[in-house]
Amino acid sequence: MIFNYLGNFALLFCLIISLVIFITSIKSLNNKNFFLKKSLNELLFLKFFFAILSFSSLIILFIISEFSNETVLNNSHISKPLFYKISGTWGNHEGSLLLWLLVLTFFTFFYFLNSKNRPTDERLLTIMFQEVIILGFLFFLLKASNPFNIIYPVPKEGLGLNPILQDPLLAIHPPVLYLGYVTTSIVFSSSLAGLIKGNINNLWAKDIKKWVFISWTFLTLGILLGSIWAYYELGWGGFWFWDPVENISLMPWLSLTALVHCVLALEKRSILHSWTVILSIITFTLGICGTFLVRSGILNSVHTFANDPERGLYILFFLFFLIFLSVFIYFIFEDKFKLNNKNLNVFTKESSIILNNWFVMYFLSVILIGTIYPIFLEVLSNEKISVGPPFFNKLIIPFLIPFLIFMSIGPNLKWIKNNHFTKKLKLILIFILSIILSALVSKFFGNATLNITILLAASFYLFFITIKDLIKKGFKNYSQTISHFGFSLLVLSILLNSIFSNEVTSNMRVGDEIKFYDKIIKLQKLENTTEANFLKLIAYFKIEEKNKTELVLEPEIRIYDKPVTITSEAAIKTDILKDRFLVINLVKENEYLNVRYQEKPFMLWIWISAIIISLGGIINIFKKNE
Amino acid sequence: MNNRYFKYFIVIFLIFTFFIFYYGLKKKNFYTTEDISIKKFPNLILNDFYTDSTTSFDDILKGSNYYLVNIWASWCLPCREEHPYLVQLKKNLSIKIIGINYKDKRDNALKFLDEYENPYTVILNDKDGTTSIEIGAYGVPESFILNEEKKIVKKIIGPIDKKKFNEIKKLIKK
Repeated sequence: MIFNYLGNFALLFCLIISLVIFITSIKSLNNKNFFLKKSLNELLFLKFFFAILSFSSLIILFIISEFSNETVLNNSHISKPLFYKISGTWGNHEGSLLLWLLVLTFFTFFYFLNSKNRPTDERLLTIMFQEVIILGFLFFLLKASNPFNIIYPVPKEGLGLNPILQDPLLAIHPPVLYLGYVTTSIVFSSSLAGLIKGNINNLWAKDIKKWVFISWTFLTLGILLGSIWAYYELGWGGFWFWDPVENISLMPWLSLTALVHCVLALEKRSILHSWTVILSIITFTLGICGTFLVRSGILNSVHTFANDPERGLYILFFLFFLIFLSVFIYFIFEDKFKLNNKNLNVFTKESSIILNNWFVMYFLSVILIGTIYPIFLEVLSNEKISVGPPFFNKLIIPFLIPFLIFMSIGPNLKWIKNNHFTKKLKLILIFILSIILSALVSKFFGNATLNITILLAASFYLFFITIKDLIKKGFKNYSQTISHFGFSLLVLSILLNSIFSNEVTSNMRVGDEIKFYDKIIKLQKLENTTEANFLKLIAYFKIEEKNKTELVLEPEIRIYDKPVTITSEAAIKTDILKDRFLVINLVKENEYLNVRYQEKPFMLWIWISAIIISLGGIINIFKKNE
Repeated sequence: MNNRYFKYFIVIFLIFTFFIFYYGLKKKNFYTTEDISIKKFPNLILNDFYTDSTTSFDDILKGSNYYLVNIWASWCLPCREEHPYLVQLKKNLSIKIIGINYKDKRDNALKFLDEYENPYTVILNDKDGTTSIEIGAYGVPESFILNEEKKIVKKIIGPIDKKKFNEIKKLIKK
């Protein structure tokens, strides 16, 4: 009970300190001596401390299953394993917002410590914008989603955590994504501050670069964890569904990816000032926009969270306040860019980065339209539609082809001017090789369409070029090459996966067999067991293949009691070359099991390539500034 | 491109988006299978199974201490299993049983009721199954037990068996 009050008061203290910081940072802007920087430091730390206090109170409430707390009541119960009690803290709306606040206060403090070489004005303004964001979250927490609401009389048992969220991957997926989102807030605040002070230049880019890479890396890993979870837990055998919630996490990633390139161009060549600032604004507001779309229940998706219009309304106002604030600041201070109109040559790194930006903007708008168009349509004409994979595939795949080709050539071009384009021959040879290879692949092994074949050629091209670059250039700019290599591997694995995937679906009883190419799949027996908080039905399947060892797969059906939910646990056997994926479902009369067996090549490589992509970002975070 | 008009365009577009989102929020959007325990049962409007006239739940949920809303279909085998328990419950005067016939053919449903006994005071028709999804049903059969205030006090996924039958009896005795 005491932790309810402790957590609540810690939040109130956060609010007070945040207001104090906000006011002092404004006052110190006019009068530098008004407030010593050291005490600002201490205040920021104090606020971070209270955020920790509040968050740990909530964790303790979850651990001791204190059902007088409404959040604990709604999302936990006594028989839940300790690990999920703890991860349940941020597996719900209120707790996840508190986590967001915690990370936000930490990074604000951390930014202030690590920005000593920036002008004081700019630092104070950045802190001021950060406080605006923090205050927004604090008011939201205290008013519309307080995690410390007390219920009386105290219920004896909680309502439980949604079982599909009881997964180790999902315990770390949200925090990693949040780390990514929250660091974009630093980039956002700092770019607005830099814009007002006219400080957007190569030095600013050099300092903010680290933050951009940190958030890009975390976002990449966060999205990866989410899709691994979807693959293992949702039991559909897919890893990306163009579901609105997935799109929402992908959009900030796309604009952040463009931002990564812009910041580098700004640092090296003092160009793309406005691109950098606009992308910083877009990235952060898209992140908040995602929160709005997901949390308000305005969208329908597999990830249904609490649908509360009051909350939605609050985030909506906050979101548009931030958008209009940044748009007006941009319009007013736009003239402060110290532009040196440099002529851009066609075959230079600069032009390929700009091209890259336009491509990314195109992908971004396709996804944005696909995600919010159903809302517009429903409001304007009362018609319900859902935009699915065909829309995205049709509009994105053709444009990936030139994108991949520019991605291979771009890094091989020089800044400013490309005088000796001598590597031409090699580049063309690799191009021809890639086309032949992809033609062979699609002709002999699958029935791919022309579009896919060309896309395959383009990704082979990027693949070979990046390997060539890695060998030839060695450690020069290797983080970029690694990320590009990872991207080509990702596209390749996804393509080969979609071309070569096979599946069979059937209803089976114990003793039944089905044939799948040269394999025989047998359902041997069923077994019931009782676990701590669910009943388990295990099916034992044997897969026999000629001249090969037998494989036993054991998919499960779990029936959780709180809340009552039936989930299917797929049995997945992962090999370097392919995944074997078996999932069962209950058929209504319960006599038969619905069995779905899939062979999915290169699944492992999709995860590996995403890790390689983020590796480039990690290298950049730890690389010393030259 | 005129820079100033471009700025106006951006601002107008953003304001437009704001209002779309604002009105989008006001729309009810509950086409999801969610756990609605402790919530109030929505006032559904469905057609009566026999007379085909539109009937609202507010009219039906009157004059009893407890209500059992049972989603059933003639093609569903477990529904036959739970049927005797529903018939037994009918004898208990403090609970009123309302059936929702889910994705069923009328003739088959009538035959089903002929063959067994009809435990329902009222039967409503949910031909395309959407209403059942809206109230949070996972499948057939499924039962909701509501109290006097139309609040859901118990939700039973799957057929009512002996154990659940006793639980219901205990609940309505209180």
